[in-house]
Amino acid sequence: MSQNIKLCKGLDIKLAGKAEARLEDAPMAKSYAVSPLDYENVTPKLLVKVGDKVEAGSPLFFDKNNPRILFTSPVSGVVSAINRGEKRKLLNVAVEPDATQVYKELKVVDAKASRSEIVEMLLESGLWTRIVERPFGVIANPDASPKAIFVSAFDSAPLAPDYNFALKSEKAALEAGLAILARLTDGKLHLSARKGDEGYMSEVKGVEYHTFSGKHPVGNVGVQIHHIDRIAKGDIVWTVNVQDVVLIGRLVMGGKLDMTKVVAVAGSEAEKPCYKRIIAGAAVESIVGKVLENVRIISGDVLTGVTTAADGYISANANMLSLIPEGNVYELLGWAMPRLHRFSVSRAYFSWLCPKKEYKLDTNLNGGERPFVVTGLYENYLPMDVYVAYLLKACLVKDLDKMENLGIYEVLPEDLAVCEFVDPSKIEMQQILRDGINLMIKEC
Amino acid sequence: MGLRKFVDKIKPTFSEGGKLGFLHSTFEGFETFLFVPNTTTTKGAHIRDCNDIKRVMIVVVVALIPALLMGMYNIGYQAGIEGILPAFWFGFLKMLPMIIVSYVTGLAIEFAFAQKRKHEINEGFLVSGLLIPMVMPITVPLWIVALSTAFAVIIGKEVFGGTGMNVFNPALLARAFAFFAYTPQMSGEAVWYADSKTGATALEQLASTGDMQWSVMDAFIGLIPGSVGETSTAAILIGAAILLFTGIASWRIMLSVFVGGLAFGYLFDAVGMTEFPAYYHLLVGGFAFGAVFMATDPVTSAQTNTGKWIYGFMVGALAILIRVVNPAYPEGMMLSILFMNALAPLIDYFVVERNIARRKKLIKNVK
Repeated sequence: MSQNIKLCKGLDIKLAGKAEARLEDAPMAKSYAVSPLDYENVTPKLLVKVGDKVEAGSPLFFDKNNPRILFTSPVSGVVSAINRGEKRKLLNVAVEPDATQVYKELKVVDAKASRSEIVEMLLESGLWTRIVERPFGVIANPDASPKAIFVSAFDSAPLAPDYNFALKSEKAALEAGLAILARLTDGKLHLSARKGDEGYMSEVKGVEYHTFSGKHPVGNVGVQIHHIDRIAKGDIVWTVNVQDVVLIGRLVMGGKLDMTKVVAVAGSEAEKPCYKRIIAGAAVESIVGKVLENVRIISGDVLTGVTTAADGYISANANMLSLIPEGNVYELLGWAMPRLHRFSVSRAYFSWLCPKKEYKLDTNLNGGERPFVVTGLYENYLPMDVYVAYLLKACLVKDLDKMENLGIYEVLPEDLAVCEFVDPSKIEMQQILRDGINLMIKEC
Repeated sequence: MGLRKFVDKIKPTFSEGGKLGFLHSTFEGFETFLFVPNTTTTKGAHIRDCNDIKRVMIVVVVALIPALLMGMYNIGYQAGIEGILPAFWFGFLKMLPMIIVSYVTGLAIEFAFAQKRKHEINEGFLVSGLLIPMVMPITVPLWIVALSTAFAVIIGKEVFGGTGMNVFNPALLARAFAFFAYTPQMSGEAVWYADSKTGATALEQLASTGDMQWSVMDAFIGLIPGSVGETSTAAILIGAAILLFTGIASWRIMLSVFVGGLAFGYLFDAVGMTEFPAYYHLLVGGFAFGAVFMATDPVTSAQTNTGKWIYGFMVGALAILIRVVNPAYPEGMMLSILFMNALAPLIDYFVVERNIARRKKLIKNVK
C-alpha cells in the first residue's frame, strides 16, 4: 500500500443541513432530462423528436464534434419536450417515463473483451460521456490513450455525500466498473480514498490505491492527480466519478443501462436532509418536493454546482442537491459589523472563535467585485504548485503560452472554487479559468 | 428600515439616465458604504466568504489608529503642552485639517475617475488618505498636502488604472513628491515642532553625531520629534499586531524587513561605520512605520511568498544602507520601499519562472 498523502492547504466550510445517513426511494419523476450543457464543448445534434418512443439506453442526441459520442435516455418512455434557449440552443431533451421500464438491448461485454469492444459498449450505452478527459475537463476522446485513469472515492466539498454510505451495497458493481476502466489505459488505474474513512475501498483489487487526508479540495481528483502523477504538457489522463464507475459496473453485470444512483439532499433549507435513490436526470421536484420561496436549488455542491430551477432537472454530474437561502437582501453597514452569523476565513471577523459552528450561509456576494488586491491568500487554499493569481491574469489577457506555462493543464474550475470563496475581491475565478480553458481548446 | 426606503427612493435620480445620473458612481459608493448590496452570486461558487475589500481596508485604518493617537499626543508634547489631554487636544487640532485635506482631495479625484470609467469606487484610498498626513511633518502647509495627495492619486494610481494596478505605494509617493518638490518644508530643523521651536530629529542627530539627545525608551514610546505617525514604535507595534493577527499584512514581509534592517545595522556597526547599536535604527525615523504599514501594501509589494522574503529583506537592508552611506538623506525608508516597489515585479518574475521551470521539467521526465 502506498503512503498516505497529507495536504495542509484547503478549507472545510461547515454548513448546516448535512444529509442524515438515511436512504429513501424518490418516487418516479414526471419527466427525466438529458442536457448537453452538463458537458463542456459539446455541440448536440438531435436524433429524436417530440413524441418518439425511446427505451432506457436509446440515444437522444450526439456530439457533432465526435459523432461516436452518444447521449442516451436514462428511462424508457416518450420524448415529451425538446427545450431550447436563445438562438435555438438546445437546453435539454425531456422524456416522460413509462410505468414499466423497458431497456434497450445493448451489446455488453466483460472486462476480458478487447479494448475496442469495451469502448464500443461504453459509447453505445452513453456511459462514455461520464469519462472526463484532462487537460480541459471535456468528454474523453475515444481514440486517445490516456497515461492513467483516476477515480476519487470521496468528495470533500461542503455537505458532500458520503460515498461509503451511498455506495454501501455497490462493491461488486464498483469492482466490475473498475475492471472495465483498467482496460482503457496502458498505464495505471488510481483509486483514492480518505484516510481513516476508507470503507471497503482499501479492499478493492486491481487498482493503485492511495489515501489522502486534508481539507477541501483534497477530494478533487485534480488535486489528487497533482500529488500522484502530475499532468505535463502533452499528457492525457481520464477521470471518472466513483458513482459513474458503479453505473459502468452495473451495465456489465446486468446487461442493461440502469441509471439508478444515490444523491444527497442537503443544505440549511432542505426539509429533511438525507439520501435519495433516483434515476439520473430526474426532475428536481420529484427529489425535493416543494421548495420554499427564495431558496436556491443547486445541482451539485455549493461551490461548483449549477443553479437549477424548481421545475428543472438534476445535472448529470451532480451527486447531490444543495438547498440554501438566497441572499438578496441589503445589510446595513455590514462590512463594519461583527457579523457573528457569517463565516470568514479572515480573522477580521470572528468565525475563528467557533471552529465547530455550522453556518447557514446565503448566496449574497458579500461585497462588490474589485481588482486583485490581496496577495498570497489564494495559494493557501489550493494544495497545488500553481500560482493562482498569475494563471488567472494569463487567462484574462488571453496569453496562451503563459496559461500553458502556469499550469492550465493541471486545473479545472472546480479546483479554484475554494479560492473563489475566500477572495475578498469577489473575482469570478471559475468563470475566468473556464473561459481560458475554452480558449485553449479553440486554439489547439 | 426607513433609511433603506429613502435610498431606494432617491436611487432612480442617480441611476443612468436619471437627473443626477452623472453622479452614479458617487451615489453607489455611498450606498454600498451604508448597505452591503443585495447582489447574489451568479457564476461560480454560490456562497462567499463575508470578507471584502472594505473590511480589509477598514482593519488597516483601525491598525493605524494607535500610531495616530500617539502621534497627536506627541505633537502637543513636543510643543511643550503640559498634561496628557491638553497635549492630545492640541495635536488633534493640528492634525485634523491635514487629514481632512488629504481625504477630500484624494476622494474627490477617486470619485471623478470612478465616475468617468463607470467603475465602482475603490476603498484603497481609505488607507492612503490617512497614511499621507501621518508621514508628513506637522508644520507642512495644507496646500502641499493637497498637492502631493493629488499627485499620488493621479500619477501614482489612476494612470495605472486605480487601486490594485498601481506600481508604487500612493502614500509614499505623496511623501516623495513633497520631499523633493518642497524640501525646505519637509526636512531640516524647522519643520518638526508645532510651535516656534526648532531642532533636528533623533534620526538626523544620529546621522550627524552618532548619538541622540533622547533615551531609547523615549524613542520607543514616541516622545521624539518626527513625522506624525512614525515616532511611536510602541503604537506601531500594536498596529502590527492587529495586521498580523487578522492576516491582512504579510508576516513574511514584516519580519524580513526587520531582519534585513537589523542585519545591515549590525554589519555597519561591526565595521565601524556607525557608532550606535543596530536596534536604534528600528526605533528612530520611519523604519518601523514603513515596515508595518508601507512595505506590506499587498498591491505594490512582491506577490509570491518567496518573493516576499526577498522583497522584505531588501527593503530593510536598503533603508539602512541609504541611512548610513548616503550623507544627503538621513532617512532611507521611503526611497528604499519605493525602489523595491519598482523591483517587486522583477523578483516575482524570477520566482514564477522557477515554478514554470519545475512544470517544464515534468515534460522531460516523461520523454
